[in-house]
Amino acid sequence: MTLADVVQRLELKVLSGSELLEREVTGGYTGDLLSDVMANADTGQVWITLQAHINIVAVGVLRELTGIILIKDRTPDEATLTKAKQENVPILQSDRPAFEISGLLFNLLNE
Amino acid sequence: MIKSNSESGTSLRHVVKILNAEVLTGEEPLDQTVQHVECTDLMSQVLAFIKSGNLLLTGLTNIQVVNTADISGLIGVVFVRGRSPSKEVIAKAKEVGLPLFLTSYSMYEAAGHLYLNGLPGSTE
Amino acid sequence: MHYPRHEFPIKEMDFVRAGEASLQVKKILREMKAENDLVRRATIACYEAEINAVVYGRDGVMSLEVDDEGIYIYVEDKGDGIPDIEQAMMEGFSTATEEIREMGFGAGMGLPNIMKNADEFTISSAVGEGTRLKIIFRSGWTTEEA
Repeated sequence: MTLADVVQRLELKVLSGSELLEREVTGGYTGDLLSDVMANADTGQVWITLQAHINIVAVGVLRELTGIILIKDRTPDEATLTKAKQENVPILQSDRPAFEISGLLFNLLNE
Repeated sequence: MIKSNSESGTSLRHVVKILNAEVLTGEEPLDQTVQHVECTDLMSQVLAFIKSGNLLLTGLTNIQVVNTADISGLIGVVFVRGRSPSKEVIAKAKEVGLPLFLTSYSMYEAAGHLYLNGLPGSTE
Repeated sequence: MHYPRHEFPIKEMDFVRAGEASLQVKKILREMKAENDLVRRATIACYEAEINAVVYGRDGVMSLEVDDEGIYIYVEDKGDGIPDIEQAMMEGFSTATEEIREMGFGAGMGLPNIMKNADEFTISSAVGEGTRLKIIFRSGWTTEEA
């Protein structure tokens, strides 16, 4: 399944990386601690989090994540979005909480 | 696929079964109904937004998770990815009567299984 | 009717003991048969204040006073103080270190959450001298003996 499919099915807003949505999504990882995601997320996963500060971009790059979904309408600042564009990390946004987005994505990928 | 639990709700016992979880705080009557499920590692988030009667899934295992859950009136805490808290944390939870669970699923997978079984997220 | 005053010390960076003062307050309010919602609001506010004192305050003290009109919680610390209180009250503003964030705190939500839960909240701080919080709860407070 591509990131574009996920965006469409989960009704996500694309904040950065609209040209990168053909990327394949292999799974999801939910968490708000950067160290945890750095240690445990896998390549190709989409990261679901409340964290919107600039360090999430570095985590996305280093762990080769397919994209990052910010929940509960968390909005990153301009610097974060600029960096995300430079580093080719798609940042997506939803008004739903982490439990629901995780549940919906899990459901979608296991259909 | 998605079962409705709207009539009777889902009990903690059922959650344990869905997550293949270990009950860390010993034998408890796990009959209470889970109001909503919340996923976060930020205790600030729990303290500011989460309502009493909710079940928390978290990757954090320090003693402040138990204090936060107790103070917020949560119904229980599920530790994910098989990361067990220390004996002191479990003892504290027993003292305040907070059920603790351990699952080998990640937060994402645990949420996925609970969601598929019809557990509700917060409606806020 | 006379109510005793309680004082609880708060130790700098003691994350194992952090929360003990707030749990004592919870216990005392429960014993006084305060209603659940009030206990929850008061304890959440105490706990947020206590965590702040542990993180930023060097040593501090939390005190609890009660009378027929309400519940009064004071949290004083000997930390560096807050240069700009208005900024500190903004949701999301934080000077927390990565270590604190990895503990699940430091998201810049503590002070706004105290304000949200309290009926009255005042904060005074001077750089180099520390910070003092006064948190008052009145709604829902009834004394059994009254």
